[in-house]
Amino acid sequence: MSDSTVQVAEAPPGVEGAGFFATSLDSLVGLARANSLWPLPFATSCCGIEFMSTMASHYDIGRFGAERLSFSARQADVLMVMGTIAKKMAPVLRQVYEQMAEPRWVLSVGACASSGGIFDTYSVLQGIDHIIPVDVYVPGCPPRPEQIIDGVLNIQKLVGEESLRRRNSPEYKQLLASYGIE
Amino acid sequence: MEKPTLENVLAELQQHFGSNILAVEQDYDFHTVHISKQHIVTMLRYLYDHDTFRFQYLTTACGLHYPDAERPFGMMYQVHSLTTNLRLRFKAFTTASDLEFDTLTTVFPAANWMEREAFDFFGFHFKGHPNLKRILNVEDMDYHPLRKEYPIEDATRYDKDDTLFGRRPAGYDRKRLQP
Repeated sequence: MSDSTVQVAEAPPGVEGAGFFATSLDSLVGLARANSLWPLPFATSCCGIEFMSTMASHYDIGRFGAERLSFSARQADVLMVMGTIAKKMAPVLRQVYEQMAEPRWVLSVGACASSGGIFDTYSVLQGIDHIIPVDVYVPGCPPRPEQIIDGVLNIQKLVGEESLRRRNSPEYKQLLASYGIE
Repeated sequence: MEKPTLENVLAELQQHFGSNILAVEQDYDFHTVHISKQHIVTMLRYLYDHDTFRFQYLTTACGLHYPDAERPFGMMYQVHSLTTNLRLRFKAFTTASDLEFDTLTTVFPAANWMEREAFDFFGFHFKGHPNLKRILNVEDMDYHPLRKEYPIEDATRYDKDDTLFGRRPAGYDRKRLQP
């Protein structure tokens, strides 16, 4: 298997010796989490079609350890919101977010999810960050699969570098409280 | 019997309802009959029960709002006869002070959701409707968005300056743009 092109994730900084490797728990857990994200696709329109192709063999999101889609919010790590969110859909999206266990991340894919897009109208939510906190925004209408993968990679970067205590920090609690989420 | 034509239908309506028909319009091959709103149900019931015409399919119905007209609000109904393949459109207009129509659900059960839609978007009331509540918009919406006095744009946006888009709407308030 000398011609294998499989790359393994880089080891975090640490102390290495004969038969042992020492590093911080933060970076070890971050490494594991970042490379085995379980996304929950919340696809409501054309961005969802782009996601299907992102997931399929040609672009293959599985190369980044995220091929296991979780259609149960309770087991998902990343909420991928792809498409126009009508105001009537907003409580549903919010409930899905509330059902996810910590730690959880949100990827807002496309112009509609990020800002309402072209639908500047009475019935459409003007960006999902009105109801839930968003970690990474992917621009585009719709974005190409490469852009969605770039968004996933940016999420991975956040996940890998996140401190284990972040979710207990007062800043984080304040953020959730500003959205009225317990 | 020879296949009935739209002219036959219109002649028969004219004969039966004569003075209740306010006008008949034609756009291409589609005829619109203008009536006053209290005759909607009787006229459509007559066409439904008619032996040869049998207009028994309600294609669509919706609310109308022409803010500059003398009678600005109205309902539009489109019916189809599946046996003769004839189609006809009815329009009934009213003033802002009298937005109550008789429900058409007694003739067409399909009118149920269409009338709920007209209630949702225009605030019309339908006397006798079994379940008149919002159908498409969020339940807690406090206005009827397709009425022309309301802006079509979302009111929660503060990042858009209309003057940059070459327009300055009525009731324009610069302060609203500040976050």
